[in-house]
Amino acid sequence: MSALATPDAAVGASNGARGSFARRLLRRPVAIGAIAFLALLTLACVLAPLIAPYDPKEQDLAAVLSGPTGDHLLGTDTLGRDVLSRLLHGGQRSLLSVLEGLAVVLAIGVPLGLLGGYLGGRSDRLLSRVAELLMAIPAIILVLVVLAVLPHNEDAAMVTFGVLGAPAVLRVVRGATLKLREELYVTAARVSGLSHARIVLRHILPRVTGPVIVQASIFAAYALLFETGLAYLGLTADPTTPTWGGMVAEASTVMQQQVWLLFPAGVLIAVTIMAFGLLGDAVRDAAVATEAPGRRRAVAAAPAGIGEAAAADERPDALLRVRGLSVVLERGGVDVPIVDRVSFDVMPGETLGLVGESGCGKSVSALALLRLLPSGMRVAEGEIGWEGEDVRRYSDRAFDALRGSTFAYVSQEPQASLDPTFTIGSQLVEVVRNHEHCSRAAAKERALELLRLVEIPAPERIARSHAHELSGGMAQRIAIALALAGRPRLLIADEPTTALDVTVQAEILALLRRLQEETGMAIVLITHNWGVVADICDRTVVMYAGQVVERCAVQEMFDRPLHPYTLGLLESHPSLATARGALPSMAGRVPAPGDWPAGCRFAPRCRYARAECEAAPVPVRTVEPDRVSRCVRVEQVFPVAEEVGRR
Amino acid sequence: MRPLLEVEGLSVAYRRRGAVVRALDDVSFDVGAGETVGLVGESGSGKSTAGRAILGLTPVSAGTIRFDGRDVTELPFAARRELYRDMQMVFQDPYSSLNPSRTIGQTLAEPLRAFGLRDRAQLRARVREMLERVDLPPEAQARHPREFSGGQRQRIAIARALMLEPRLVICDEAVSALDLSIQAQVLNLLRELQGDSGLSYLFISHDLEVVRHLCDRIVVLYRGQVMESGEGARVSRDPSHPYTYALQQAAPVPDPRLQRSRRQARAAQAETSLDAAAESRGCPFAPRCPHAQARCRSERPRPRAVHDGGLVACHRYPEWRDELAGEGVVAAPGGDAVEPALPGPVGRGTDHDA
Amino acid sequence: MLRLIGRRLLWSIPLLVLVPTFTFLMVALIPGDVARTLTGSSGSEAQYQQLRQTLGLDEPLHVRYWDWLQNAVQGDLGMSLFSQQPVTELLGSRLSVTFSLVIGSTLLAALIGVAFGIAAAMRPGRSGKVVDAVSLVGLAIPNFFLGLLLVAWFAVAVPLFPATGYVDPQDSPLEWLRSIVLPVVTLAVPGIAVVAKQTRDAMGDTLERPFIRTLRACGVSRRSIVFKHALRSAAIPIVTVVGIIFVGALSGTVLVETVFAMPGLGGVAVQATAQHDVPLIQGVAVYFTVVVVLVNLLVDIVYGWLDPRVRVA
Repeated sequence: MSALATPDAAVGASNGARGSFARRLLRRPVAIGAIAFLALLTLACVLAPLIAPYDPKEQDLAAVLSGPTGDHLLGTDTLGRDVLSRLLHGGQRSLLSVLEGLAVVLAIGVPLGLLGGYLGGRSDRLLSRVAELLMAIPAIILVLVVLAVLPHNEDAAMVTFGVLGAPAVLRVVRGATLKLREELYVTAARVSGLSHARIVLRHILPRVTGPVIVQASIFAAYALLFETGLAYLGLTADPTTPTWGGMVAEASTVMQQQVWLLFPAGVLIAVTIMAFGLLGDAVRDAAVATEAPGRRRAVAAAPAGIGEAAAADERPDALLRVRGLSVVLERGGVDVPIVDRVSFDVMPGETLGLVGESGCGKSVSALALLRLLPSGMRVAEGEIGWEGEDVRRYSDRAFDALRGSTFAYVSQEPQASLDPTFTIGSQLVEVVRNHEHCSRAAAKERALELLRLVEIPAPERIARSHAHELSGGMAQRIAIALALAGRPRLLIADEPTTALDVTVQAEILALLRRLQEETGMAIVLITHNWGVVADICDRTVVMYAGQVVERCAVQEMFDRPLHPYTLGLLESHPSLATARGALPSMAGRVPAPGDWPAGCRFAPRCRYARAECEAAPVPVRTVEPDRVSRCVRVEQVFPVAEEVGRR
Repeated sequence: MRPLLEVEGLSVAYRRRGAVVRALDDVSFDVGAGETVGLVGESGSGKSTAGRAILGLTPVSAGTIRFDGRDVTELPFAARRELYRDMQMVFQDPYSSLNPSRTIGQTLAEPLRAFGLRDRAQLRARVREMLERVDLPPEAQARHPREFSGGQRQRIAIARALMLEPRLVICDEAVSALDLSIQAQVLNLLRELQGDSGLSYLFISHDLEVVRHLCDRIVVLYRGQVMESGEGARVSRDPSHPYTYALQQAAPVPDPRLQRSRRQARAAQAETSLDAAAESRGCPFAPRCPHAQARCRSERPRPRAVHDGGLVACHRYPEWRDELAGEGVVAAPGGDAVEPALPGPVGRGTDHDA
Repeated sequence: MLRLIGRRLLWSIPLLVLVPTFTFLMVALIPGDVARTLTGSSGSEAQYQQLRQTLGLDEPLHVRYWDWLQNAVQGDLGMSLFSQQPVTELLGSRLSVTFSLVIGSTLLAALIGVAFGIAAAMRPGRSGKVVDAVSLVGLAIPNFFLGLLLVAWFAVAVPLFPATGYVDPQDSPLEWLRSIVLPVVTLAVPGIAVVAKQTRDAMGDTLERPFIRTLRACGVSRRSIVFKHALRSAAIPIVTVVGIIFVGALSGTVLVETVFAMPGLGGVAVQATAQHDVPLIQGVAVYFTVVVVLVNLLVDIVYGWLDPRVRVA
């Protein structure tokens, strides 16, 4: 039965621990309920000789099988003995057995798990093997062997059960330790000069207690299940002593006359097991829970109309036209804005760069365009026009048809974006057939053609391989091939080269440029890398704290940024700084959604900020033909007509 | 004067699935007192392995590591611990490098306590002083890592590394995970701290520009071998090795015009990483090198001196550079014409003190 | 793939040796004396001595072990002390009962559990809570209690199924089916709980992974994403759990066969324990172990089929 424990569920559960674990646990009503029940039950059983209304062996043959009455709250059994009293007395043995088993499991499992996980190497492999072997043995059968030789010896049975249960705890502790050992802070502790014993005691043990408690409560549940099972079979206690399992067995003999007798013991066993299980669940949840949203003020959205005036850089023939797109994240019943009225146009065949630091809302804007927002986020308002038609009005089904054939998407993590269980070829074939209803053979041919299109050497061989066999650059080429299968007209690429080496990045950028020339598709490229922007983009949209702060042609932006954030970010690039001098840097960081200032969101970090900046939300303004900026002081900060660039 | 850290013929190899993987193969370099040396390379170059091997976190298969003239390649546990007073590390990931369940004060005091300082008042004073040096408020002591942003955490990690007043700090991709504006803050901080105390850095990074900016000298690694080393500005602007050149040319510059001309230059080179897995008994870069000849593939090049006192491991040096110029590539390395002082917006704003 | 199976088979040899060795050592080393236990307090000293000889207790330990192992490898697990029949004969006739129950309940648990789990993963929130509640109760009810409840309701109160006993399918397929319904359901309930929960979690995790987003962005239909891509990736932990519930059901037969008075391995194990029939209970242990080894092997093969990375590693 012990094998039923869900494996690994609690591994490293406390890794994300935040705040006092005990306090968080006790904030959960379920945990309090479970703990209170178990405590009361234990107390009642321990005090059974004092509080039980009758002696458990006292027979009252006049009131046999009475059912619940005022005298016998839970009724009487076949010999007229009081069921409640028998339950309280019987619980002593059951709970003691659970404790015995627990002690053995923890005494073996925790130290050995820590040892294996921390030392690693050969001793770890040996321990794991032995644990694996022991876990494969059905515990009950070995316990029966023990009981065959040592009849009615419940202690021996529970110790054996504990030994066989220990590998499960060992494995969990080992897994958590192994993971923790790889944490950089453990390496840092080594470099700080800590001894191994201290590292284990201070950095590892406290963080495996969560999973250990979870495992302990799961084990306790199984131990009780097991103990009552043995008692039911009559293999442990002698027939006169009251036991929970034995009471169920006794009741089963008189089921035809009095069904009630089954319930007191049966339900009590089930409820106690449930309490152990709930306690484990609560501990696990408390360990992984992220901190409650806390005191995040929901920022009232700026008054309408100020976000984005009819932009003067409007292009009537735009392929994609985004207007006032806002995305919110629902957190604790409050909508926190993530993207705030973003507008831009994408022309056919052009590459638009969406630039900014992390937390500015670039990726979320892109996912909103594709209707692929993570759960909890939704588009609050705005218009997404595709060739003059507002696709936000489309039903989900109608929109599904656009994905892949009109919009396509390439993500940041090349390997993770491919299905690990299917071959590259079969994924391509599926996507191809999804777009063009053709035969399997034709789809295969098209898949190979796509692989050649993204310059894969030996496409036949690659088609037969799986994602894990590819390098990052290759995987990204495949992801691009998948995106191209439906001959899309707009490719949305979210940091497509960030995870790649710089030489590979150059190849991917070159590939994107070539594909664009050949197919005429437009690209929206999300990046934080100025070099990538300079290399491939025609126009840029700079985002800060969920808003567009500047929008213009790429060369102009590099030559003459018209927003202090753009300027500051450009200056921070090390290639623009003099060697060995201090880098011009902006103080502070991008404010988190929900913490956005009411006025200009960049003002707290801006060296040009004045009182007027923080007074009210700042609208975007057309500052030059085809250029918008969200800076109230743009004229003062960036006086016009300075001669452009050197070349 | 003897360099602070000398690495000689360092090799690290381990077995994976039965095959021997050479993470580092005969790597030599040194770091002088008060100097910043950059270790540059792409993934798989072995740059992080080198940092870990120096700290004794990875077993060394061959070579010697000397610190302050003393052989520290293999040290018993106690001596290794003692060495950590002088040699510290800052890691890439500011999230995993701090124990989430311990306060900043506990984390910073830990190295001091490990070396026997027990007095609470003294510990607190030292922690406060260090927080100030990395521009964090003293209240930070009582907080947990989750209350800090990535940039702030990296400051804390730097503070921890400096608690024991080491002479050498190894920074393993210490700014790679940070956003551009935060990266600039942390780079400035590292430099400030060096000015205060004359500390040495071994700065491991994949980003040639960041390394050029921060480092006095640069060592370029590829597949566990040193391609070239030398004075920072020279290596990054005027590489002696085709690999460094490829690296330099691949990184796009933040200027569309300049980038366009570089792109055209690259197109003429047509070097590709796709068959990079191909093995070479000779120069590891030969399979990808547009200048490679038969000899490059069969014989491993010995390091040779370059004019600035650096070294280059290339059979084709300096001829490959003439080849490059001969092909009419616009962006031939070596001159200011190629990499002019970059134009840009620096100081464009005019309102500094108005 | 063949190499994988071969290696797995090799790894199961220690287990096959370990369990009998363990039981053997336990019998030999435990500070009780089987012969004394068997003769009981009423038996005479002569009976005791004779039994010691029959059991070979006078021989040195390693000799006894070697003899036993040699016989075991040749398929001779000794004689039952109680019925004086060969252990293999006694157990072989009961295999079909246990297999009917265990295979039936595993299939039932897997089918219902996966269906529940997928439904819950598709609609998180309320149905997720339902799965949690069902699995909590399903795991907490002791199977002997659940079995008795089912008997009380569906055999005594409403006599749909027989309360006890087993009918051989060769005698009457329909009666066989009726006779195993209640025990199979009893054994399947905890399995359903575990499989549903695992499926829900695994599907939920998989649906959050980046490749699902890629597939959606490529316009792949929702049905294909859920049932082809997500289910296949989620299948690996599900298969693990199905393997575990099979072993759980096997263990469960010890109680459930007793409740329903079924003549299977589990019931025999209990009788043998009560009668201190050491060779017989050792035999059951060996049978159980062989079954577990085979099931684990099967699980590994399915892994290899599901996950290309396993095939290489």
